[in-house]
Amino acid sequence: MKIAAFLPKLGDKLHKTAYEAITAAHQVQALVGGDVVGFAIDVDQQQLETTARYGLTRLIVAEHPLLANTYSPSAFAKVLHQLASSQEVDILILPNITYGKELGPRVAVTFEAGYIADVIGIENQDGELIFRKPVYAGKAIIAARLKTAKKIFTIRPNIFTAKAAETAASLNIETFTPELSEADFREKRLSITRSTGKLDVAEADIVVSGGRGLKAPENFKLIEELAEVLGAAVGASRAVVDAGWRPHSEQVGQTGKTISPNLYIAVGISGAVQHLAGMSSSKVIVAINKDKDAPIFQVADYGIVGDALDVLPRLTAKLKEVLHKS
Amino acid sequence: MNILICVSRVPDTATKVKVADDGKSIATQNVKFILNPYDEFAVEEGLQLREQHGGSVTVLTVGGQESTDILRTALAMGADKAALIQLANPDSYQVAVNIAQYARNHSFDLILFGRQSIDFDSFQVPPMVAQLLDLPCLTIVSQWSITNGTVKAERDIEGGKEEFETTLPLVASVQKGINEPRYPKLPDIIKAKSKPIETIEPVAVEPQLEILSMEIPQTERRHVILGDSDEDLEKLIQLLREEAKVI
Repeated sequence: MKIAAFLPKLGDKLHKTAYEAITAAHQVQALVGGDVVGFAIDVDQQQLETTARYGLTRLIVAEHPLLANTYSPSAFAKVLHQLASSQEVDILILPNITYGKELGPRVAVTFEAGYIADVIGIENQDGELIFRKPVYAGKAIIAARLKTAKKIFTIRPNIFTAKAAETAASLNIETFTPELSEADFREKRLSITRSTGKLDVAEADIVVSGGRGLKAPENFKLIEELAEVLGAAVGASRAVVDAGWRPHSEQVGQTGKTISPNLYIAVGISGAVQHLAGMSSSKVIVAINKDKDAPIFQVADYGIVGDALDVLPRLTAKLKEVLHKS
Repeated sequence: MNILICVSRVPDTATKVKVADDGKSIATQNVKFILNPYDEFAVEEGLQLREQHGGSVTVLTVGGQESTDILRTALAMGADKAALIQLANPDSYQVAVNIAQYARNHSFDLILFGRQSIDFDSFQVPPMVAQLLDLPCLTIVSQWSITNGTVKAERDIEGGKEEFETTLPLVASVQKGINEPRYPKLPDIIKAKSKPIETIEPVAVEPQLEILSMEIPQTERRHVILGDSDEDLEKLIQLLREEAKVI
């Protein structure tokens, strides 16, 4: 088996899910055997070398003047197709972030390879790879197989995590020059803006979300203060997003983002089915709500029955004290 | 501008999912099926573009006979035509191949989707259709302008924003918030009931995905419920640090 992991770049760094793709590739290798190779597009040497501490031993980076500091789904899919062809890849793994979600299906079409998105588990059943994937925003999980010989899948962020090893593997980096012309860039990126100092709910290890229980949009500053102490991202329920209190990018739930942080703190959120769907795969859940019968407590590891506006300032102050001491 | 809107029929977001007797699909008894919420934004966007640029809006779905209900919802919102490619329980690849074939047989300037279907959440059909048709594709668009065949679009990505420029014909998916979908009015709902829906035979293509089983995830939770006293808040912090070890 030839197993490849696509290592996406955001800004000038490899995205953290690049390392998770390597971990997933090694998991597939352990299940079915074969060789693992990393694919990168326009990433500098120093960044590429960081993958050695995640056990990667071979990496191919596509370089071309037209690829410098840009992104275009059609052109990147073409490059990825060429990389996978040149290595006769059987299994291609991409992170389930925006780039992976649009490149994976495109490359799958070019090979008529089977595709499955948002995988959270991989098994070997009688020599066949079985993929586990949440459906209905995590209300259910399916086990499925791809009937094609070539397989492409994306992995959910925060699942295939690995720590950097103390010692780096011996990494061989090769350069690949794709065949590309200006016309391959069907979509031209005009700009990319990194949101500064603001963590994305889908990215963060800790998320603090607020709902109607905050009573008014200005009270979200209490959520922001708690999030700051914890180094957390701010999330929101659909009710407060629909009311215009918070931007849609913060919405957690079935019509927002489905997330699996290490710690999820739901404040003043009752726990409608569609919200629970988006956050119930969080590793640890804390609920703060004044209604002790709120459904959110049924999925909580720890609950505080109390009014958000009263609890939040005290909790934030105590956390500040404790976390600054250590 | 001739616009194709591809829609899907999904369980209402309030559905409590149960596994059917076959062990690999959801039990549909007492489940309300709706037009995929993100597709409402696609339909609305198509209607607004038609208002600005003229042309027509066609809604298309791939599914069983029951899927005519969501096509009627889109017709009530104001779509001109509706078509059903009759293929029960298709996988995403079969959907993409069928949509691409329909698009080849017609002439569309824009093929529009909601950003994801909230059943399988795979985001995969729009890029597949674009690749099959060799068209540019922008996904999860939150804002855009279309002038003389040139498209400028903005979207959120992980930890940032991107702006793109591309041209029609285009495949695109839209994000919640790009517009406010209209509610169909009662007379339009009644009128939509008698509008014709074209039924089309599917392209013969094998599914790539085989579902083997479905289960409801069970996560063991600790269920330690405390009050709101200072002592309880301190206890919570201690538990998060020493028992759960997450802070």
